[in-house]
Amino acid sequence: MSLEKSDFTVVNHSIPRRDGRAKVTGRAQYVSDLKLIGMAYAKVLRSPYAHAKILSVDKTKAEAYPGVHCVVTGDDLEGLNPYYGHAVKDHPLLAIEKVRYAGEPVAAVVAVDERTAFEALELIAVEYQELKAVFTPQQALAEDAPLLHQRQFEAGALRGFEGEVSAGRGSNICQRHTIKWGDVEAAFRSAAAIVEGEYYFPMTYAYAMEAYVAIADVNDQGVTIYSSAQHPFMVRHDLKSVFNVPVSQVRLVVPFVGGGYGSKSYTKIEPLVAACSWKAKRPVKLQLTIEEAMLTTRSDDAYTWMRTAVDKDGKIIARQARITMNTGAYAENSPLVVEKSTNRCVGPYAIANVHIENMSLYTNTVPASSYRGFGCAQVTLPGESQIDELAKKIGKDPYEFRLANAAKPGEEFFPGMRPFDGTLKEDLETAAKAIGWSAPLEKNHGRTVACSGSDAGAYPLTSTAIRVHADGSVTILTGSTELGQGSHTILPQIAAEELGIPYEKVRVVSSDTAITPYDRSTGASRTTTLMGSAIIDACTDAKQQLARMAADVLKVRVEQIEVIRGGVRCGEAQLNWSEVICKYYALPDGEVIGRAYIRKDGRFAKLPVFWETAATGCELSVDEETGRITVEKLATVGDVGLAINPALAEGQDIGAATMGMGIGLFEELVYQDGQLLNGSMLDYRVPRFSDLPQKVSLHLVQNRDGVGPYGAKGGGEASLNSMAANIANGVDGAVGVRIRQAPLTPERVWRALKDRNKG
Amino acid sequence: MNLQFTLNGQARSVDCEPADTLAEVLRNQLNLNGTKVSCEVQVCGACTVLVGDLPVSACTYLAYEVRGKQVVTIEGLEKADGTLHPIQQAFIDEFAFQCGYCTPGMIMAAKALLNENRRPTREQIIHHMDGNICRCTGYLPIVNAIQRAAALLAQEREK
Repeated sequence: MSLEKSDFTVVNHSIPRRDGRAKVTGRAQYVSDLKLIGMAYAKVLRSPYAHAKILSVDKTKAEAYPGVHCVVTGDDLEGLNPYYGHAVKDHPLLAIEKVRYAGEPVAAVVAVDERTAFEALELIAVEYQELKAVFTPQQALAEDAPLLHQRQFEAGALRGFEGEVSAGRGSNICQRHTIKWGDVEAAFRSAAAIVEGEYYFPMTYAYAMEAYVAIADVNDQGVTIYSSAQHPFMVRHDLKSVFNVPVSQVRLVVPFVGGGYGSKSYTKIEPLVAACSWKAKRPVKLQLTIEEAMLTTRSDDAYTWMRTAVDKDGKIIARQARITMNTGAYAENSPLVVEKSTNRCVGPYAIANVHIENMSLYTNTVPASSYRGFGCAQVTLPGESQIDELAKKIGKDPYEFRLANAAKPGEEFFPGMRPFDGTLKEDLETAAKAIGWSAPLEKNHGRTVACSGSDAGAYPLTSTAIRVHADGSVTILTGSTELGQGSHTILPQIAAEELGIPYEKVRVVSSDTAITPYDRSTGASRTTTLMGSAIIDACTDAKQQLARMAADVLKVRVEQIEVIRGGVRCGEAQLNWSEVICKYYALPDGEVIGRAYIRKDGRFAKLPVFWETAATGCELSVDEETGRITVEKLATVGDVGLAINPALAEGQDIGAATMGMGIGLFEELVYQDGQLLNGSMLDYRVPRFSDLPQKVSLHLVQNRDGVGPYGAKGGGEASLNSMAANIANGVDGAVGVRIRQAPLTPERVWRALKDRNKG
Repeated sequence: MNLQFTLNGQARSVDCEPADTLAEVLRNQLNLNGTKVSCEVQVCGACTVLVGDLPVSACTYLAYEVRGKQVVTIEGLEKADGTLHPIQQAFIDEFAFQCGYCTPGMIMAAKALLNENRRPTREQIIHHMDGNICRCTGYLPIVNAIQRAAALLAQEREK
């Protein structure tokens, strides 16, 4: 960290987005916009039943329909390994023998165009025998519960979590995780005050506005897929396994992605569309509708029993929780969500006695997987609710109570993990001040601050290459996907800073597994920290090579070469990068490739890569007549170490907080008898312009305490995590009712008010 | 059937099916992919284009309905010399998008507003734009961008 903050010329500046012009002119290309020559189109037939045996599939009429190339069913997959899953290989690319949720793909029609494929779906006759189904973890655990999965699964090759695989071992338990330290029972016995309660965090839908889409071209050259996937390298691994080919034969290409928020993490429709292409012997595009996307992935809903204790001095001494999560029909990324939500129960508090038990259950519902915040929001609703409940119980100001118990910089509040690298005191102070913490409150108004601390950054395995061209311009090859978070802007900012060249001279090529070096994922807020660090290392590597080339050109020893901003110096002689390269090759051409590999070692030896920390503040009002909540003020405070691009970092925070506000107020997937009732954007309510709070203030805390570039850490999830708790605590403050379930819909608030008035 | 209309100032003639939506004709036949399709139920506004002066959802608007009319899409805003429309520039300056998928529809809806109301208040912007969903930005930067665009357009008129 040689540079002082005041030295930055590119980094830490709110430079306009690199993809700006493309996106405002409609020229940015998403997979939805792509067409290949000779491409056919697939449509999917989905199960109407939540749990059923497939007795027969008759596709003869559909195959005879004019314009249909082929129909693919679970019986047509011989020659492939049809089960995929990066954590647990439990997911068939089309239902095999039985269906496990209403909406599961049963057959796919490949035709000359989408409409023909759609029309032919009706001609497929499937005979089902309905089976008893389970929809909640409680039902899945019952003695007489039907078993969703009979076979024992292989773990995915890229596990990403440390736990044992429970999936498929004779019960509906998908995954368990436990953390424990101290003596919880003794602590609760000695407590001065305890709060205890049961909480429910709903199933939610990320609504990435571009629904899942992929184009596959499977031929003797290998498997090529254009996809809206966040993690192309993870998807590559699943495809390698489905087709049993070398990694080099699988190419995933990801252009611009129309929203992800975790919902496009890991493999979704790629194995299915690849199987369609394999069968149809031509490129095939599968564009899901939003209704189908809602039947593809959701967040894990969570039932949490939690209790928290304080001693007589107001110090939090113990927390215990039992969580059951509903992973739906297939594991997807839920095993990791289970592990993370367990860890994230501790919050950024130093608690001496902790015992958290968590398990996820298979049910006959849409598979759950990653969702922005990754299990943290599920447990921060209970966790941060209990902080307010406890403060109220012992007569303390909840803000002061948080300050008194927050983990301190450098404190190892989670045994064995990286010491806390945030400044929670400053985060909370900033949030409280922004919403006028001590000012008098109007009637039916509530004011809250809340915070969260996530073991973020996923796994440190990242590589990159920087090509310095003969004219001094640079191409970054990165496996990080531009989802809108701004990686195409901040990575060139870092490279420009390091190489001392104009930002405009740096181009990014991203997420093409045949070209860009391996990066494990674009998730868990890891890109700035890990890919950003790799970019610095690759620039350093390039500069060292350029120094050696300069020594050769100037006929001096490399020790005599001094690397300066934008080039090298040796005595009177000064060369910029372009001059070094051109002189070295004796042509105005050629290049230098700097590269970097990051692994779990050195500064990244200790997990998490960083603690993702933020505070959110809000003031809300409750209409007692209708139960309707209005968020009046919102403040976000991202504890990001250093913002490579402050405007982008703040943009992540308000976006995340708005999604979190949606969950607090109205977002919830509703099931009845195994059918999704609100499976369309007509019925699934997300925040709109009119939900924008009157007063919004966005803040960043930049103490350069992260392990990433110049002290940076990731952001973009944490402001979501605490928002449901903000809403629940705000309602209690406003009208004195404690609701332990999100969303706090007008009906729920109204009923709680009615009960209060009765009581 | 044959369909004739004016698209971004140019006369167009296309053959299409009676059931084709305007979005299908724009995207599949004319290769104008700037108009995005998302919810397909007129809730999200991603597919907003202007027919005459009115913003419509191209995902459900039958192509047949534009016969003889003026249609403007996101591709029609940039000037031939590459100068961006003030709304486009304001969206860049205010960081009013992230993934960009809602952006063409958002800009077209904003254009419809600024066509009829040169100086909208914050409340008027929110009211007018409530039919457009953005999942990334939390809306605040878009409100700011529309206000900035209104000011830029006012400056242009004064010139």
